[in-house]
Amino acid sequence: MIEIKDLHKSYKMGSNSLHVLKGINFSVKEGELVAIMGSSGSGKSTLLNILGMLDELDEGSYTLDGVPIKNLNETKAAQYRNKFLGFVFQSFNLINYKSAMENVALPLYYQKVGRKERQEKALKYLEQVGLKEWATHLPNELSGGQKQRVAIARAMAAEPKVLLADEPTGALDSKTSYEVMDLIQKINDQGNTILLVTHEPDIADMCKRIVHLKDGVIIEDKKVEQVRASQYV
Amino acid sequence: MFNKDRWKEILEVLTSNWFRTVLTAFGVFWGILILIILLAAGKGLENGIKSDFGDIATNTMFMWTRNTTKPYKGLPKGRRFNFKVDDVQSIKDNIPNLRFVSPRNRLGGFGGGNNVVRGINVGAYNVYGDYPEIIKQEPMAITSGRFINYSDIKEKKKIAIIGEGVKTGLYKKEEKVLGTYIKIQGISFLVVGTYKKKSNDGDGEEAQKEIYVPFTAFSQAFNRGDNVGWMAITANDGSSISNLKERIVALVKENRKVHPEDKRAVGNFDLYEQYNRVESLFGAMRFIAYFVGVLVLLSGIIGVSNIMLIVVKERTKEIGIRRALGEDPWSIKLQILMESIFLTIISGMAGITFGALFIYGINKMLDMNGPVDMFVNPSVSLGVVVAALMILIVSGLLAGFIPAQSAIKTKPIDALRAE
Ligand SMILES: Nc1ncnc2c1ncn2[C@@H]1O[C@H](COP(=O)(O)OP(=O)(O)O)[C@@H](O)[C@H]1O
Ligand SMILES: [Mg+2]
Repeated sequence: MIEIKDLHKSYKMGSNSLHVLKGINFSVKEGELVAIMGSSGSGKSTLLNILGMLDELDEGSYTLDGVPIKNLNETKAAQYRNKFLGFVFQSFNLINYKSAMENVALPLYYQKVGRKERQEKALKYLEQVGLKEWATHLPNELSGGQKQRVAIARAMAAEPKVLLADEPTGALDSKTSYEVMDLIQKINDQGNTILLVTHEPDIADMCKRIVHLKDGVIIEDKKVEQVRASQYV
Repeated sequence: MFNKDRWKEILEVLTSNWFRTVLTAFGVFWGILILIILLAAGKGLENGIKSDFGDIATNTMFMWTRNTTKPYKGLPKGRRFNFKVDDVQSIKDNIPNLRFVSPRNRLGGFGGGNNVVRGINVGAYNVYGDYPEIIKQEPMAITSGRFINYSDIKEKKKIAIIGEGVKTGLYKKEEKVLGTYIKIQGISFLVVGTYKKKSNDGDGEEAQKEIYVPFTAFSQAFNRGDNVGWMAITANDGSSISNLKERIVALVKENRKVHPEDKRAVGNFDLYEQYNRVESLFGAMRFIAYFVGVLVLLSGIIGVSNIMLIVVKERTKEIGIRRALGEDPWSIKLQILMESIFLTIISGMAGITFGALFIYGINKMLDMNGPVDMFVNPSVSLGVVVAALMILIVSGLLAGFIPAQSAIKTKPIDALRAE
C-alpha cells in the first residue's frame, strides 16, 4: 500500500538547514496497523505529513497504492488527499462553526457528493463511532474523546485507503485514549490500513507493528502481539 | 458554484462577526451613496438650468443693431443704423447650412408705457412683428386659434396672437377672445390665436405678455419701411451656429457699411455657445461626482479587502484543515472571492437603495414646496445604477483577490500549524 525509499527531508531556516529525515525505507501493506514511535523531535510528524502529502519530500520516492507521489500541484494533491487519505490530528482540528455531522460530511462535500447522500453517510459514520445523537452538536459542546471520535468518523467518511493519525490520543486522558484506540482497532479489523504516531508505549502496543524512529532513521521495525484496547474500556 | 452549501458557508462566515461585517459594509455603502447623491444633485442642477433654456432651438443666435463706434466709407461714428429686409435674403443666399432666418421688429419693451387698448382695458406689452418660423426658434404652445402663417405675411394681414398674460390683462375671464380686435398704438389687429410659453424661470410671467403680429403688417402699421431691428438665426442640426456667427455678422456689417473691426455695432447672443458652456460645466460636475464617489468607494473597497485579509488570517487553520481534507484550492479561492463580492454587493445595494430613497424624498419635498430656481427633478438613470453595480462586482473581485490569493499561498502543513 505504502512504499517509501531512501526518503530525506530537511527544513531550511535562514542559512541553516535541519536534516530531519535521513534516508527512511519502509513499506506498509494493506490492513496493517503501524505505530510510529520515537522521542519528541525525532521526525515522526514530518514523516506522517509527507505520507499525507501535506509536505513534500526532498529526496527519495513515495508510492501510494501503486501511484507515484511526485511533483503534485496543489489541486492534484488535494484530490489525492481527498481520495486516498484520512487524517486524525492530536488537536482534533474540527471546524468549530460546523456541527458534528457537517464536519464528518466535509470530505464528501469536496468529492461533490450530493447533499442528501452526504448526510446519510455522515450519520452512518457518526453511528459507528457511537455519536449519532450528537450529530447536530457543535464541537465545543463535545468532550475531548467525543471530538476525536468525530474526527475519526470524518477521516473515515471518504473511505480512504490509508488512515493517518498523529498522536490521536495525545490530548486525551488514558481512559478516553483506550476508547479511541478501541475504535481504531475496530476500524483496522474491518481491513483498513492505519498509521499512527505516538510516543506512548502502551498505545504503540495496541498496534500490530512498531516502527521506531531516532535521529532521522528507523532504528527498529518489529511486529508485535496486539493488545486489545477493549479490555481496558 | 452557486450551490446551497456555498451560500450557507458565506452567510456563516459573514454573520459570525456581525459588528465587523456591518462596519466593513459601511465603507462601500457610503461610497455608493455619495456617488449616487452627487450624480443626482448634478442631474438636478442640470435639469434646472436646462429647463431655463426651455424648448428653444439651442442652435440659434440672436442679432441686433447698435450705434457704430468707427467711421467707415465716409460715414461718421456713432451712427444709428438698422438691418434691412434685404439682409435676410442676403444671409440666406451667402451663408450655408442655415435653417431659419427670422427678422423681427419690436414695439414696447420693459418699462414702456401702455401701448395696447381693448375697450376700457389698457396694457403695456411687447409687440413683435415676426415670421412664422419664429415659433420653432422660440417654441410656444398655441392654446387656441392659430399662429402667423405665410399668407398673413404676404397679405400683410393685421392679425395678432396674444399671450395668456395679455388675455388675462385685456379680457374678462369667460370672455371670447378669438375674433375680437385689439388696438396697438391706435391700429386695430384681429386676435386669431393665443399662446402660452413653457418657461419656469423668473421671466415666466413676462413671456406670456407678448403679442405676435405678421412682420409685414407690423412694418406697414408702424412705419418701419424695410428696416429690421432684430434677427433670430438657426443653423441646421449638425453645423453649429457658433461657427457661422462670424460670417453672418461680417456679412451684415458689409451690407450696412459698418467698419469690419467695429465690435460693438452688431450685438449678438449665441445660445449654442451658452448652452455648450453649461454642457461642459455639467460634464465637469459629473466628472467630479464620479471622481469623489469612486474615491470614497475605493476606500470602502480597501476596507473590505483589509477585513477579508484579516478573516483569511483568522481562518488560516480552518483553511489548512479543509485543504487536508481535500478541498480544491480553487474552491477556497472562489469562496473568499464570493464572500468579498457578496459583501460588496449587499452593502452597495443598500447604498443604492438608500440613495434612491433619499432622492425620492428630495423630489417629494420639491414637489410639495414648489419649484426651486435652478434645481429640478434630481435623479440617477438606470444606466448609472447598472454601472454602479458593475463597479461593485469588479470592486468585490478586486477586494477579494489578494485575500483569496493569500488564503492558498500558505502550504497546508503551515496552515495547520497556525494557532
Ligand atoms: N516547519 C518546520 N520548520 C523548521 N523546523 C521544523 C519544522 N517542522 C518540524 N521542524 C523540526 O523538525 C524536527 C522534527 O519535528 P517533528 O517531525 O515535528 O517531530 P516529532 O513529531 O517527532 O516530535 C524538530 O526538531 C522540529 O523542530
Ligand atoms: Mg509530532
